[in-house]
Amino acid sequence: MSIKKECELTRLESASAELAVAGNGLLSRRLLLGLGLGGAGLSVASGALGADFDIPAWSKQPGPGPSGYGQPSRFATGIQRDPGRANPLYPGGGASRTPLHQLRGTITPNGLHFERHHAGVPDVDPTQHTLVINGLVAQPLAFDYESLLRYPMVSRTQFLECSGNSGALFRDTAIDGTAQSINGLVSCAEWTGIPLSVLLDEAGVSPEARWISAVGADAASMGRSIPLDKAVDDVLVALFQNGEPLRPEQGYPMRLFVPGWEGNVSVKWLTQIKLSKEPSQFRDETSKYTDTLSDRRSLQFTFPMGVKSIITSPSGKMQLNNPGLYQIEGLAWSGAGSIAKVEISADGGVTWAQAALDTQAGDKSLVRFRLPWHWNANPAQLISSKSLVRFRLPWHWNANPAQLISRATDSAGNLQPTRSQLLAEKGALAFYHFNAQQCWAVTSSGEVKNVYV
Amino acid sequence: MSMFKTTCFSAPLLALGLALTSPLAMSQETLESPQLGRKITSSELIELDLIASNESALPAGSGTAFQGREIYAAQCASCHGPDGSGGPANQKLVGGNIKSTEDPVRTVGSYWPHGSTLFDYVRRAMPANAPKSLSDTEVYQVVAYVLFMNGLIDQYKIINADTLLSLKMPNAGGFIDMSASH
Repeated sequence: MSIKKECELTRLESASAELAVAGNGLLSRRLLLGLGLGGAGLSVASGALGADFDIPAWSKQPGPGPSGYGQPSRFATGIQRDPGRANPLYPGGGASRTPLHQLRGTITPNGLHFERHHAGVPDVDPTQHTLVINGLVAQPLAFDYESLLRYPMVSRTQFLECSGNSGALFRDTAIDGTAQSINGLVSCAEWTGIPLSVLLDEAGVSPEARWISAVGADAASMGRSIPLDKAVDDVLVALFQNGEPLRPEQGYPMRLFVPGWEGNVSVKWLTQIKLSKEPSQFRDETSKYTDTLSDRRSLQFTFPMGVKSIITSPSGKMQLNNPGLYQIEGLAWSGAGSIAKVEISADGGVTWAQAALDTQAGDKSLVRFRLPWHWNANPAQLISSKSLVRFRLPWHWNANPAQLISRATDSAGNLQPTRSQLLAEKGALAFYHFNAQQCWAVTSSGEVKNVYV
Repeated sequence: MSMFKTTCFSAPLLALGLALTSPLAMSQETLESPQLGRKITSSELIELDLIASNESALPAGSGTAFQGREIYAAQCASCHGPDGSGGPANQKLVGGNIKSTEDPVRTVGSYWPHGSTLFDYVRRAMPANAPKSLSDTEVYQVVAYVLFMNGLIDQYKIINADTLLSLKMPNAGGFIDMSASH
């Protein structure tokens, strides 16, 4: 190691000690401001353009022209969901997970949004598709896709999480997985659609109705019951995802989007809404998506997704190669609202430091607006509630073993529980709604692995 | 006036063609429907209504386990096992005791709280490789056979809309409805 490099490292380490905000290398979020550390080791002699290196081929000839639908760079391949192998006994069934550790940002690209299907992806022709509203209504109605495009739509950037996400962490042995394989059943998109209340109003809800039942047009006709007060509060019939028509695997041509609640109730390929006094007791709200307690009674209709955060970098199966400055980054969300703060520990939860949050403020973002053809004006709304929030904290890894944990607090004051707190509450038989703090252990050789603390 | 107002408190109000951008102009936004829903009749709904539940009437028809044995063997046994104890898909339909101290085995007999769920699910989603291929009568027969395998009825008990809804499932009282706590 050169003397210069050695000096820089010493300088960085002593500065790191001054800037420490929690144990094992966590540094202040305001690190590097005015301390001259930003450029450490980065001084490179500069020469004339092209003087001492070959000009790359792509800079010396024109590339292909515009295309109809853009695709990722051929060098940015390998960012994929993990659909696994098809099971002939469960045709079309299964899940694929979002590669959270390979993405930066809070919007999940449409082709990488997680999937969960109960009988595969139906090839729905929108001209042959109908949305029926019936049951306890004044007038049963059927809506076609073309008609729905004329309805007022709102846009909401909000997460969707399967209640089975991270469910493996309920089990006794800590699985050796990635942020994707353990936690990838969460994604976030801008969903645009018609408030369900608009369509229910048109049908005229009977006063005795308390629930809606939503059914999809897939081969399983997957159905879920949702309390009417939620249905008229913030539920959408979503037709667009990040600006384009829903992808088939996300419910094209229309799906229910139920903000903050377990993903399964956001019924895809939506074809029927039925109003009733009682829930329909579908298979996927009795046999499945219920959690059995230690006393062997089972919780049913456990809809909201709890406050949660996960560290996406460094995360499971990554390899840290050199000691030094890293950014601990991750995602946080809560079905109860927005994220108030995220804290990070590098010593297994002994000391904590607050991470910086990238909020979804509307500054310099696109704003959708809308205006009915006549009289009333209806500008767009911006809602950051129930969206994913990115967090980060500088961390100086000194090649000592570390245990990285994040914990989020939401706008309702809920603090993400520890795994032992969650297990004490839900019992060892639980499978759904795992929202406890997760720990990535970093070994002295830089290997990152999921562990329990 | 609509029964449920869809409101937006962050939307500036546009009135008389003039944009008022002052925060004081914040107003509730009511989203008006263009009223394009097509009125449908109850006879159309027989085809369009996919739900069978305690509250939605189950369709006409009936069946016994004795009648359902053959359909089960042909349509169901390859995944669920000839006796419902689970086949290659490991989808057990029979057995288990949710109260036992071992890991709970969740089957129709041990876990499912409502008989209507069995009819509704089989009718819409089973068999997995050909959903909706069974007639309502065949669904009643298969449902009866699954209940029979679980020891809940004898093989000559007629299962129809009335008898299925009045059948008390073993784990009917085993659930806590959390929907009110949201």
